[in-house]
Amino acid sequence: MTATVIELDQEGPAAILRISGDITSASEADLGAAYGLAVANGAKAVILDFSKLEYMNSGGIGLLVTLLVRAQRGGGRLVATGLSDHYRQIFELTRLDEAIEIIDDEGAAVLAATA
Amino acid sequence: MIEPTESPTPTNRDAANWARPVDRLSGAGAVGAKDDAVTGKRVSGPLQGFGQLWQKSFSVRLDGVETTPEAVIATWKAHFAEFWPKGQRFYAPLSGIQPGEVALLDIQPVPGAPVKLSTGVLVLYADDESFTFMTPEGHTLSAWITFSARREGDVVVAQAQALERPADPFDEIAYKLGGNHQNNKFWQATLRNLAIMVGVPVPVVDVQVSCIDGNRQWRYWRNVRHSATLRSARRTMTAPIRRLTGGG
Repeated sequence: MTATVIELDQEGPAAILRISGDITSASEADLGAAYGLAVANGAKAVILDFSKLEYMNSGGIGLLVTLLVRAQRGGGRLVATGLSDHYRQIFELTRLDEAIEIIDDEGAAVLAATA
Repeated sequence: MIEPTESPTPTNRDAANWARPVDRLSGAGAVGAKDDAVTGKRVSGPLQGFGQLWQKSFSVRLDGVETTPEAVIATWKAHFAEFWPKGQRFYAPLSGIQPGEVALLDIQPVPGAPVKLSTGVLVLYADDESFTFMTPEGHTLSAWITFSARREGDVVVAQAQALERPADPFDEIAYKLGGNHQNNKFWQATLRNLAIMVGVPVPVVDVQVSCIDGNRQWRYWRNVRHSATLRSARRTMTAPIRRLTGGG
């Protein structure tokens, strides 16, 4: 297993969480902390950048659902970018794509998130 | 079994662990079930349900048992149906619990009641230390449930974790009127039976249940049109008539 590394880039009301490595249920604390920091710094929309994601199991997908619930509860928005074909298929299979908007281009994702 | 929609080109370590994308399920690969209520249905997860969203964890420490997480999961996959409480039936796919396979279920929502719910699950994900089911349209719950085993120090812990919403308004009412409690008892019994099989004489199941989203998703009220509960109730009530007329 590769550790989860999350880098936060804040761009005004939008924040990008750049995820590297693995996403599993063990990533809960790190992902939750990064999300909390983004929101505390004023982000109304959080963009999850999956371009460096190496591995995700079903625990990781479950984590995204709980993160989505947290975003919705706070009136925020989640957007996904950088999904490979493989992970886009997983989003479609799990129907996560019906709840988290997927925008391939990061710049467009930032624009859409702050619109 | 499901037909793949495109050729695989796995480049990720997890590629072989996920089911292939599927539009509609088929229950044809499950062995022994008399009623296939799954074929033609789409999957429906915790984001597509009507009711409140619950997160549940049922775990049991396998104290005193020399084993590994991989061995526990192999046992769980091989004997999954045997751990279910009496009266509830799990019809495994012929090729076992593998990503993309579909299992069929016959469940009594209320123990002893004449209504039997026929539905199924898709094996969404499976690796050596966990496997996850996703429910189809028509199931009483729109859910993912993950069965896993991990090591905590010298002890292996087996766990079932669910993210679930009652699928439609009727299911939400039934959930509130005792279905939630029955569901919890079901998984406690399952974990207990698993632990006994691997050698724990008196297993203790830890239960953590919380409602993580109290809002109902009203846009999914139409899930009722898929309801396997209502379908089963109709079949139960019309069974005498069908017997008299020689119908199926």
